[in-house]
Amino acid sequence: MGEPRLIPLLLATLLLGLTGGGAAEPRSVILATTTSTQDSGLLDVLGPMFERQTGYRVKTVAVGTGNALRMGAEGNADVALVHAPELEIDYLKKGALIDRRLVMHNDFVLVGAPTDPARVRGLKGRLAAIAFRQIAATKSPFVSRGDQSGTHVKELALWKEAGVVPHGDWYIESGQGMGATLTMASEKRAYTLTDRGTYLAFARRVDLAIMVEGDAPLLNVYHVMRPDPAKFPRINVEGGKSFADFLISPEAQAAIRTFGVDRYGAPLFFPDAGQREARP
Amino acid sequence: MALLWDGIRQAIALLARGDAEVFGIAVLSLEVSGAATVLALLVGIPLGLALALTRFPGRTLLISLVNTGMGLPPVVVGLFVSILLWRSGPLGFLEWIYTPTAMILAQLIIAAPIVIGLTLAAIQQIPDTFRLQMLGLGASRPQMLRVLIQEARLPMLAAAMAGFGGVISEVGASLMVGGNIRGRTRVLTTATVLETSKGDFDVAIALSLLLLLIMFLVNAALTWIQQRRAG
Repeated sequence: MGEPRLIPLLLATLLLGLTGGGAAEPRSVILATTTSTQDSGLLDVLGPMFERQTGYRVKTVAVGTGNALRMGAEGNADVALVHAPELEIDYLKKGALIDRRLVMHNDFVLVGAPTDPARVRGLKGRLAAIAFRQIAATKSPFVSRGDQSGTHVKELALWKEAGVVPHGDWYIESGQGMGATLTMASEKRAYTLTDRGTYLAFARRVDLAIMVEGDAPLLNVYHVMRPDPAKFPRINVEGGKSFADFLISPEAQAAIRTFGVDRYGAPLFFPDAGQREARP
Repeated sequence: MALLWDGIRQAIALLARGDAEVFGIAVLSLEVSGAATVLALLVGIPLGLALALTRFPGRTLLISLVNTGMGLPPVVVGLFVSILLWRSGPLGFLEWIYTPTAMILAQLIIAAPIVIGLTLAAIQQIPDTFRLQMLGLGASRPQMLRVLIQEARLPMLAAAMAGFGGVISEVGASLMVGGNIRGRTRVLTTATVLETSKGDFDVAIALSLLLLLIMFLVNAALTWIQQRRAG
């Protein structure tokens, strides 16, 4: 009668499976980052590299930049990879987050229906601001993320630079991630501001073309920051620091440089570690 | 825990102030889910009756499908309705995508199987002999149906509650087909997701409390009708 003995064995296996096999569980590093970083797939490359090098496990929480910073500042994450420089500096000044280091940049592009109702394609001069002003003046539909994400914060800064307070039927707030917002812009034949990576990933599925690109205010700069260990004794200080160090290491920077080239024919991110500020 | 108590306190302050945007979001939730539930009842009760009272080949399979449909994942409904309603889709010409109409359609698809399934169960728990007796005593078919619905109306009110509860609390389908557009298609659940992702937990908690309050009030009203008639 082998069967009765099989059941406790199965139960034991199940329990061991649930508790991680009894072996020492690798300590995890909680990374707070933005949905756009997660969606690009870059972390699927960097995460395993870091895990192989250090033995830590990375748990990525992808939220809007505002929330990612807040998670770090409240000690709910061990490290944050974010792209909203103004907000970052606020947190740095408040002392909630420390050790801000430049990692990389990618860029935003203004995309829109190929018919270009606001005639913004190929503008000369301070492109982004002028394009935004023209979109508002012609009341051409524009889909905003409206979610306090880094992309939304950048969009609001561009409206401000354009001297426009966007409001009205033409200004649509999706309150959703970039992918859903691009789909909505395509359906509504509207303009939207997007990071290049998500746009490239969606380019085949949406009827949107790049209208404005390469203008300095469109740069999307990523920094890594950590919560102050003195304030949050329970965070994984070593893990967070080693992830930050890893991001600016030559190996990670090389991986950033080549990421996406095979799929999109162009890099999505530009490594900037050690420089003062990202350049176009 | 501080977050929770602070959140609840600020949420109550926010509700007490009667924030116009939050109020508008709550009204839209009620309108969309209310309409979807009423439509689901209009479609579901006759279909449930038909399924309960007729015998045909494939009926068991159909009932299994309805029972599966009672747990239809909202995101799956959202995805398929989106694909149908996008400009590239077969129903794109309707221009329903990102409108409350699209949300009602998706919620109808979620609620209808619940209503059909519960109606079916409600009618089936009435003994066959009762029905045969009625016909034997000379009742016409419409008369018999009316009596059956009378008999089953308590469980059918439960079907209405289950359907409404299912759709007003779903988020996946509303987000996908409605788009969570501020002032147009933003409902309590999608707004809660957004405010949470923004880190505005007090607003998220306020929206959640409002959602629970609406669910309670609607269910209390339906329960009141149900118990009064029962008494």
